Parts: sequence; C-alpha cells; structure tokens
Amino acid sequence: MTTFIEYMVAALILLGALFALIGSIGLVKLPDFFRRLHGPTKATTLGVGGMILGSVLFFTAVERTFQFQEFLVSLFLFITAPASAYIIAKAALHLKVQYDAEYIESEAAAKEEQQDQNLS
Amino acid sequence: MTHEERQKQHEQASELPKKKKWLPHPVLSVVMVLIWLSLNNASMGHLVLGIFLSLGIPYLVQDFWPTAVRVHRPFKLCMYLLLVLVDICKANFIVAVQILGPNKKLNAKFFEVELDVKNDFTIAMLAGTITLTPGTVSSELSTDKKRLLVHALNVDDVEQAAADIKHRYERPLKEIFEC
Repeated sequence: MTTFIEYMVAALILLGALFALIGSIGLVKLPDFFRRLHGPTKATTLGVGGMILGSVLFFTAVERTFQFQEFLVSLFLFITAPASAYIIAKAALHLKVQYDAEYIESEAAAKEEQQDQNLS
Repeated sequence: MTHEERQKQHEQASELPKKKKWLPHPVLSVVMVLIWLSLNNASMGHLVLGIFLSLGIPYLVQDFWPTAVRVHRPFKLCMYLLLVLVDICKANFIVAVQILGPNKKLNAKFFEVELDVKNDFTIAMLAGTITLTPGTVSSELSTDKKRLLVHALNVDDVEQAAADIKHRYERPLKEIFEC
C-alpha cells in the first residue's frame, strides 16, 4: 500500500469523525428542539459517509476485495434517517414544543443574569 | 365479505391482471434482487432466493402500496442522485460553520413548500432529500398532501428558500417519477 492511499484513508476517517463530532456538538449546543434536529442529519450523512468511504478504500487497497456491502450501510441510513427525523419533528409539533427563538433567548439571558447576580 | 366471495374475487383476479398483479412493482423487484445479492455473497442460490423474495413480497403487499414506482428517466435519476450527494457535501460544511458559530446568528424558521408532486413515493423522496441535506428538516406533511412544512436552521428569505427547493429538487423528481 502506498503512502498516498494511507493518507487518503486517514483523511477520510478523520473527516467522518469530525462531522460526527460537530453533529453531536450541535445536538448539545443549539438552543431549541427543532434546531437540535439538524445536528444528527450531519452525522448520518457526511459523518458515516466519510468513514465508510475510508473503510472501502482501505479494504480495496490492502485486501484487494471490493466490499460493496459497506455502501449499503449508507444506503439504509439515507432511507431511515429522514423517516425518524420526520416522526420526531411531527411528534414535537403535536406536543407543541416551544420553538420561538426570541422566547428561548430571553430565557437564556435571564438565566445568565441570575448567574451573574449570584456571582456578584 | 364471505369466504366464497373472496375466493370468487381471487379467481377473477387471476383472470384479470388488473386486480391482483403478479408483478406489481417491477422496478422495486429489480432493486430488491440487487440489494439481496449485494447483502449476501452473490451466488446462484442467493439469486434464486432473491428472485423468489422480490416476487413474493411485492405480490403480498400490493394492496398497501397500489401505485407502482415508475422511473421515466433513469439517466436523470442518476444525475439527481449525484446532485443530491454534492449538495449534501456542500451543505455539510456550511452547517458545520453555522453550528460552531454563535447561536444568535442563526435565523431558524419554519416555512411551507407548496407541492406539485402528487405520488406518495415522490413526496417521500422529496421529504427525504430535504432532511438529508443539512440545514433543512422536513417536519410535517399536510393531510391533503399539498404542503410540506420544513424547518430551516438558518434562512433569511423564506420564499427564496421554498423556491430553491421547488426548483432544485421537486422539478427533477416530478420529471423522473411522474410525467
């Protein structure tokens, strides 16, 4: 295996891991429920996709076997992820989860003020 | 419906191919065989089993899925899948920057897309595409199947975003699957 392919595999896996990480960060950091939904869509698309591409490249280069099955992981994820996101969003809409941005921001600001007061 | 009536209907159905078809979803069956073969190691036995399953399952579930999926323009479908893949990659980087940036800059909004496509499968494809491209999540289809509610992470001009979705994804899908 040439060094170039090694670098390619490493880059793809790192890219995938990076996007999975950013998706998770989004899940924690974003302020309201519907915005949090956007995090996982990143992790399932480029996150898993990058890792699978790296894995396919590795096995084709090292073991000389082309593993088509790995693309099926991505295919099934692409079919199922929107369905679950849709159901979650629909459930949240029916439960009337708060999504008014200004409301949530004012809540957060009030909390911060309280913390500041507590500190001082 | 009594048993005899049902039996009668069944006999009629075997005479009239319109009622109960032996091959209700030809495209789906071909895709099922291909996926079965790639899931298992491609061998003669699995080919036979795959063909049996891909004929049997659509035959049994055809009452729940009445309209067959038809691909009118296979080449355009490939182009569409490529377009979506490129868009997913592009949008991923944009959304990554947005997520890591300050929350206050995010202008999240709901907006509705008026649907021109009528087939259930086409609507599902469109909704899936919208969710897979980071930055937008399709969240509810109206009961008359004419409007799709979409949540966008950062959008300034709602009408522009809806027009983009219609122009970029809905029109090719309509051409591929419907007309």
